[in-house]
Amino acid sequence: MLPMLDFYRSAMRLSMLVQFQYRTANYFYMIGMIAEPIIYLAVWNVVATAQGGTIAGYDAGAFAAYYIVWTLVRNMNIVFTPYGWEERIRSGELSGLLLRPLHPLHYDIAFFAGWKVVVIVLWLPIAAILTWLFQPALAPTWLESGVFVVAIWGAFLIRMMFLWLLGLISFWTTRVAAIYELFFAFELFLSGRIAPLVLFPDWVQALADWFPFRWTFGFPIEALIGQLSSTALLSGLAIQAGWILVGWGLVMLLWRQALRRYTAVGN
Amino acid sequence: MELARLIAVFARIGILNELQYRVNFFFQILESGISLLTGLIGLALVFRHTTALAGWTPAELLVVMGIYVLMSGVVQSVIQPNMVRLAQDIFDGKFDYILTKPVDAQLLVSIREWQVWRFTNVVLGLLVITAGLIWRQVELDLWQVVIFIGTLFCGMLALYSFWLILTTTSFVIVQIENLINLFEGLFAAGRWPVSIYPGWLRALLTFVVPVAFAVTVPAEALTARLSGATLALAIGVSGSLFVIARLCWRWGLSRYSGASA
Repeated sequence: MLPMLDFYRSAMRLSMLVQFQYRTANYFYMIGMIAEPIIYLAVWNVVATAQGGTIAGYDAGAFAAYYIVWTLVRNMNIVFTPYGWEERIRSGELSGLLLRPLHPLHYDIAFFAGWKVVVIVLWLPIAAILTWLFQPALAPTWLESGVFVVAIWGAFLIRMMFLWLLGLISFWTTRVAAIYELFFAFELFLSGRIAPLVLFPDWVQALADWFPFRWTFGFPIEALIGQLSSTALLSGLAIQAGWILVGWGLVMLLWRQALRRYTAVGN
Repeated sequence: MELARLIAVFARIGILNELQYRVNFFFQILESGISLLTGLIGLALVFRHTTALAGWTPAELLVVMGIYVLMSGVVQSVIQPNMVRLAQDIFDGKFDYILTKPVDAQLLVSIREWQVWRFTNVVLGLLVITAGLIWRQVELDLWQVVIFIGTLFCGMLALYSFWLILTTTSFVIVQIENLINLFEGLFAAGRWPVSIYPGWLRALLTFVVPVAFAVTVPAEALTARLSGATLALAIGVSGSLFVIARLCWRWGLSRYSGASA
């Protein structure tokens, strides 16, 4: 256990140093991502105003809070892209990864986790500007803040596992774009990314309970903006842990099958 | 005439090249379909809670979405591939070859790539526009259609000029992926009429990133919202953008020192 912690500490520190060097590129990327929540926010603000200020319990301030917290959660759940696997396999880069003493998943988790630390620091000024522009209504309790801090890392791990799983399809076929796009479309609606899940019909909300998506987006956001009871906060963390385990188990299972399909090319 | 002939030749080569990969067509249809469906569900979600968005009815917003799909088809099939290739050529020095050709270099770098399967989105966009117009049940007169087509061309000119300005920065800085990323994020704002955005964002989407002229103004032309002043502004801004793009291009060329490919 201790050597493992040691590895994570070193690998995360390394990736923090690397990513901090590319802070301008990182910033451009983060600013490019802000457009999406601002568009959603503008649309819902117009709708809420037309409906007398509130829809499904959300007013302008609550929507602003939702989508500003959204920007951090979105940044947290960017992980190794499933599109990256084709390159890893085709270029033979995977052969190198396989020679290392630990499972490649650990290297990805550590690399992205370290990056997240840089991202959180870079996000703070963006959040300040957005707060000034959109006046969110945000007054989290200590419990809500605490759960949020844990939940964003839970969201990161769940999405890490499931996108890894998705990426492993590349071992069987390279025609993956349509499958991935379908996955992302499902995620868009069932996670709370395009809008808070309460704005959807009941059957969509019921459907969302069967997928991991809402635990990577809606749950952390709702936790911080005060939409959840104490029980829901704590049981949410437990469900996140459950999905991490499910994702991890599936990755381990599929990984063995996938590797059998891999014929190495020298790197 | 020479211009039309050149474009025709390059388009033909590009199309022939892409026709080799016929299966891609079906995957493109699949992807375009998923992306359109996503947009439609988003629209349905909004109209679950309201009957009109800033004065736009569902049918009219369908027209907006159709124009957005059409315009992104144009960007993806011609404008973006050409500009990405230009940036790549500047980076690895192949741009030298362009300069040795007896045609205007700006023209040449703008017509080399034709991703024909991506035209799927153009066709899909036209279908969505038609569906929106039928649903709206208001007769169009010929004059409206003419102005619509005119504003569409203004929008394309504005988008092209904007992309060229963006790409000329690669004469100075190496990485333009992030700029492309930034553009795509902002362009997605065109799914909705720019009037729903706060003032500062509307200004940004009108005068910096030409989303308003590319999508909203043509939609206004089709839904009888367009004023003469807006039309004049659309023509003026896209014309000026083109001139600015030309000046940027000249300036970029003067900085290019060749890399001996």
